[in-house]
Amino acid sequence: MSTPTYLIVGATLPTGERTDLVVQDDRLTRLAPGTDSASTRGATRIDADGLVALPGLVDLHTHLREPGFEQSETVLTGSRAAAAGGFTGVFAMANTLPVSDTAGVVEQVMALGDDAGYATVRPIGAVTVGLGGERLSEIGAMAHSRARVRVFSDDGKCVHDSLLMRRALEYVKTFDGVVAQHAQDPRLTENAQMNEGALSSELGLKGWPAVAEESIIARDVLLAEHVGARLHVCHVSTAGSVEVIRWAKSRGIVVTAEATPHHLLLTEDLVRSYDARFKVNPPLRRDEDVLALRRGLADGTIDIIATDHAPHPTESKESEWDAASFGMVGLESALSVAQTALVDTGLLGWNDIARVLSRTPAEIGRLAGHSHAFENGAPANFTLHDPSAASTFELDRLAGKSHNSPFLGRTLSGRVQHTFHHGYPTMIDTRVLDSDTVKASAALWKAGTPA
Amino acid sequence: MRHLLSTKQLSRDEALQILDVAEDMATVNEREVKKLPALRGKTVVNLFFEDSTRTRISFEAAAKRLSADVINFSAKGSSVSKGESLKDTAQTLAAMGADGVVIRHHASGAPQVLAESGWIDAPIVNAGDGTHEHPTQALLDAFTIRRRLFGDTSRGRNLKGVSVVIVGDILHSRVARSNLWLLETLGAHVSFVAPATLIPFGASTWPATISYDLDTTLRETQPDVVMMLRIQSERMNAAFFPNAREYARIWGLDDARLATLRPDTMVMHPGPMNRGLEISAGAADSARSTVLEQVANGVSIRMAVLYLLMSGQS
Ligand SMILES: [Zn+2]
Repeated sequence: MSTPTYLIVGATLPTGERTDLVVQDDRLTRLAPGTDSASTRGATRIDADGLVALPGLVDLHTHLREPGFEQSETVLTGSRAAAAGGFTGVFAMANTLPVSDTAGVVEQVMALGDDAGYATVRPIGAVTVGLGGERLSEIGAMAHSRARVRVFSDDGKCVHDSLLMRRALEYVKTFDGVVAQHAQDPRLTENAQMNEGALSSELGLKGWPAVAEESIIARDVLLAEHVGARLHVCHVSTAGSVEVIRWAKSRGIVVTAEATPHHLLLTEDLVRSYDARFKVNPPLRRDEDVLALRRGLADGTIDIIATDHAPHPTESKESEWDAASFGMVGLESALSVAQTALVDTGLLGWNDIARVLSRTPAEIGRLAGHSHAFENGAPANFTLHDPSAASTFELDRLAGKSHNSPFLGRTLSGRVQHTFHHGYPTMIDTRVLDSDTVKASAALWKAGTPA
Repeated sequence: MRHLLSTKQLSRDEALQILDVAEDMATVNEREVKKLPALRGKTVVNLFFEDSTRTRISFEAAAKRLSADVINFSAKGSSVSKGESLKDTAQTLAAMGADGVVIRHHASGAPQVLAESGWIDAPIVNAGDGTHEHPTQALLDAFTIRRRLFGDTSRGRNLKGVSVVIVGDILHSRVARSNLWLLETLGAHVSFVAPATLIPFGASTWPATISYDLDTTLRETQPDVVMMLRIQSERMNAAFFPNAREYARIWGLDDARLATLRPDTMVMHPGPMNRGLEISAGAADSARSTVLEQVANGVSIRMAVLYLLMSGQS
């Protein structure tokens, strides 16, 4: 069988080369610009003049909320948000209800993603049963399940017991997996509301001190070194954490780290408004932390950008600060924020963006099909981004179920125009395709793929 | 000035205006008929999410002396404690025609959220929010200090050069914060004295002198005002200090320390006091103590605030 063919005309690759791209079945072929080929006759043409082509973005840290919190997001709506942001792969965090701590739940999440078709959904397995921090969950069963789980995390909670963390690192190593740690000392952050500093003291909001993150990272890199396992650090937020990770890497410790878009652009000063859209965990930090994270990405200390997309219904943000939920949606705005914070400032080029938002997260999560360099025959997971225009980030850019974006009303650079997953479009001309169309494309793709 | 949310945002002119109008209100409070028609037909809602009888009745007295109707809306035992949101409560009050809302809330920033939400259009007065601010307390403290210093010639005067030592649980005190910002704006100098565990993180960047040593501070400053803050016993369990005895010995205003003060040094306390802990009975009841003046002045200040925020609107 054969899916429609697309001809992408005049795209700029991350390397700066200009090329036409043919999308046929689920593969990419490069074509010198202006070539008239028999294979492209009848193809749907997409004018990509001025657009940057990037391999499909991969988010190692997404909260899709299903099962259990479908009022905030579902696998379908969350992966739709992913498509709107140029993502074709998302790793779904385990803090669902029931918790993703068994083969049954992770297979269900993956199946929902496959069915929706907007992106390749890879579940993350919980490290401990029910995120309880006491007993290891069925890590082997999840690794061997159809979902082939390779990333394990109790995100939302820190695996704070040192012995349990040691065992988790060792046991996950058995399956070529990685523990993604939410680094937060629980006692130092009881009821914490925002970054601890003069501002939290002035606003009367309980502080979340940098040391609560840095001390856990320091312990974990030493544990990873001791047992020879790999460690991934979620949402690094402080300059001190960047220093600790830089030191660990210089010792040869196998650690990778992520920074979120919001920690790369926003600071704690926004909390002065007591507007709970800016409430997130770990909290927004100081200017110097933002700059340290950007420098860390530029010099490779921080490996990737991951969104920590955390949808919440309106009512859980429409309240006094203390009562509001932590978290921000981030999939739809991630690439524009990355451009604003890193490309426009000269710290990263588009090749680096492809690395930190696609290649490396795919490698960390052992996800195939997303780390290509547009070589002939590469899987047709890619996105086309218009870097030229700055615009106000408005509600119509959000494609998930929840609207808790801290970027609404802010001017951001660039805009994702088109996204292709497995060779079929999920977004065309900034419009996300409707779910029936995408679902049908996914079914067609699946039928043509050897099981 | 549309709302009174904090003293941090008050300009010197705004602060002096409130203090001067409070002088007029104090004159009313000394008359036989303690009532003005200024807010006749208007409704003030006391929206209290946290118990505080003292503050609530002070606002209630202030509103009534301005001839306003008062509705007391206490969170305890109401729908609020059953999970009704601040938004729903605010919209209910708006629908009932509240012309002004006095809010006390356990969450810092709740008054500001209310003021900026669009859920209700009325002026909002912060009557204490979390560990953020308690602006009318600071205003009544400044008013009390000014009256003690300048008596009948208080009107129009600031507190330039006045030295105020605030002692105790600065970390959890919205009174300390509001006092710092207001006293600084009025030209006074503030010292905070407490164990390091009870000094807010980052307070070294604030316009206050920080000290751990009460005796040295009292000796070197010879302050015009010593303000003692209430110490809550649950702080001991959270390891802020070992026990009440040790705290009282090092940071309490006992009779011996009282004796070292200048005869005209004021001893203030926002109440309620823990006699024998942060303040001795001798200090609390001495002629230096302003505790009862603070209560009386509280009504005048709150009258001034309600009058300034509410009398202009139609
Ligand atoms: Zn997390």
